[in-house]
Amino acid sequence: MSYTVLVFVKQVPDTQNITGDAMKPDGTVNRSALPAIFNPEDLNALELALQLKDRYGAKVIVGTMGPPAAAEALRAALYRGADECVLLTDRAFAGADTLATSYALSCCANKIGKYDLILCGRQAIDGDTAQVGPQLAEKLSLPQICYIEDVIELNKNKVVAKRAIEGGYEILESPLPALLTVIDSNEPRPMAARKVMKFKRARTSSELAKEHANANYTDAEALAEEEEALKQKGLLIHEWSADDVKADKSRVGLSGSPTKVKAIMNVVLTAGAAKVVEPSEQGIVNLIHELIADHTLG
Amino acid sequence: MSEKIGNVWIFVEQEGGKIADVSLELVCKGRELANRLGVKTEALLLGDKLADCVDTLYHYGCDTVFLAEDKRLEPFTVLPYAKVIIGLIKEHKPNILLFGATMKGRELAPRVASEKLAGLTADCTDLQIDDFDDKVNKQFYKNKLMQIRPAFGGNIIATIVNTWDDPQMVTVREGVMKLDKPDTARKGKLVKVAPNITDVETLVKVIERVRQEKAVNLKGAQVIVAGGYGVGSKSNFKLICDLAEALGGEVAASRAAVDAGWIDHDHQVGQTGVTVRPKLYIACGISGSVQHRAGMDESKKIIAINSDPGAPIFSVAHYSIVGNLNDIVPKMIKAFKAKA
Repeated sequence: MSYTVLVFVKQVPDTQNITGDAMKPDGTVNRSALPAIFNPEDLNALELALQLKDRYGAKVIVGTMGPPAAAEALRAALYRGADECVLLTDRAFAGADTLATSYALSCCANKIGKYDLILCGRQAIDGDTAQVGPQLAEKLSLPQICYIEDVIELNKNKVVAKRAIEGGYEILESPLPALLTVIDSNEPRPMAARKVMKFKRARTSSELAKEHANANYTDAEALAEEEEALKQKGLLIHEWSADDVKADKSRVGLSGSPTKVKAIMNVVLTAGAAKVVEPSEQGIVNLIHELIADHTLG
Repeated sequence: MSEKIGNVWIFVEQEGGKIADVSLELVCKGRELANRLGVKTEALLLGDKLADCVDTLYHYGCDTVFLAEDKRLEPFTVLPYAKVIIGLIKEHKPNILLFGATMKGRELAPRVASEKLAGLTADCTDLQIDDFDDKVNKQFYKNKLMQIRPAFGGNIIATIVNTWDDPQMVTVREGVMKLDKPDTARKGKLVKVAPNITDVETLVKVIERVRQEKAVNLKGAQVIVAGGYGVGSKSNFKLICDLAEALGGEVAASRAAVDAGWIDHDHQVGQTGVTVRPKLYIACGISGSVQHRAGMDESKKIIAINSDPGAPIFSVAHYSIVGNLNDIVPKMIKAFKAKA
């Protein structure tokens, strides 16, 4: 039998490699200058799904919630070997905290319907909360196993997986379907050139419409035909709105988010009032003496 | 007069009957919040055969300990823990619920919050009580929990408020809340809880569990010598160990040095490692990413040694030494040995 594995991913600003260009003169981060990347641990989740596909045969469906531009992350998933993609996009989703996000993703999973496993990266580097995975599992009433390093065995009754715990590891088994969150424990495969050639033309409906509009090409019938042609070739990225996944509008986006941001303070990098110590013999001796004198050392 | 507000709860994490340091830190912080609100400090203690832990929780400031003991609560798995906690929340309606931002806390708290439809803020580094005037929604909230956390890779600090039903739930980073001295004369009330666990919660089975106590105790160290990518090689990392040994301190590392395989992950300081606040932190060849600084910038004295005068680590240092650590570290060892 073949399995269906859903992988939920996120496109995030690259907060880990902040270069000088992304710093404003006042020492704070210019968020808009950060490039959008595939969240690193979501790539590990995708890799694990693709390994399961290689080992057991599986259809890998990748979903993301985000602005229309997040379709780029879905193409990157297709380039690596995903079979099908879903972009969950709607203005109503904007401003979601983790609870509203997990609710929206649960509606998406319910629309997809049948699946054996859901994989997520442990956490995204913009928020580092690690909450959406467990919250999604709860919304779907699925057992959850977090911090997965590898799947040891998958059969039609259960999944056996190895996961990290503080100071060691555990091997757990769970019936299917189940949700696993994956940590940085495998080496995500590179994009395959042949797949890039094929899927670089993959589009969401609204990307297609935008391309037509940009070319001043407004024939609705031609648009529909082209969309159908993409679909036939497996190049249409599903694009679902809140209504498409039957989401209760009061539970998504800002209105579905119990947590509100009261204040944001930028971390300012300033040259502190550090004492400069000369790297000479005498400089170091004076430093050590000072630290012994004030009882920091000794 | 508004209705009476609920108590402050702390989920107490234990491993083999030993209470996690972060849980005691949270009991101390929880007591401070409870005093401010005029409510009680109460602990949730789950596992099996834990009677010996109860007094410790009173000593650190708990008024009540809810104790749930059951074989199915050992070893820790998420579903039965979530079931017991949800049951207790519904029965007693706490105002605030604190979890340690440990691996266990970070998989358990979201499961509980999702079911309760409560807000949850991860990895807080500070908690305060204040009013929240939500001008967007024209709502005024009195005496809410200000949930303060770094976000965006540590580049911003956000203050977050939960505006829905109680409890206001957070996970709190290890090592950031101060541990008060226990008062062994303090007593409290024990409430035994019958766990309402069914087959649904025991679907996930632990087949094998391998675990050992960390060989290093960075949190308790007074002096820490840490090496980063600038150390250059595994063999050169011995310099870091030599300095730590000479000063009677522990060895730590940045993520880059751990990823390079020069030292074990147990030694990692930073957002994905341990948070430390020693008397002296010596950062050698560490550029000082926000993730690393978040784990050490509250150290009382910081010495930064780096060949790059523009390295961000110098922004948190008390003493900056620009130069080659291969020259500087041996000089430090020599100077200390000559004096001490």
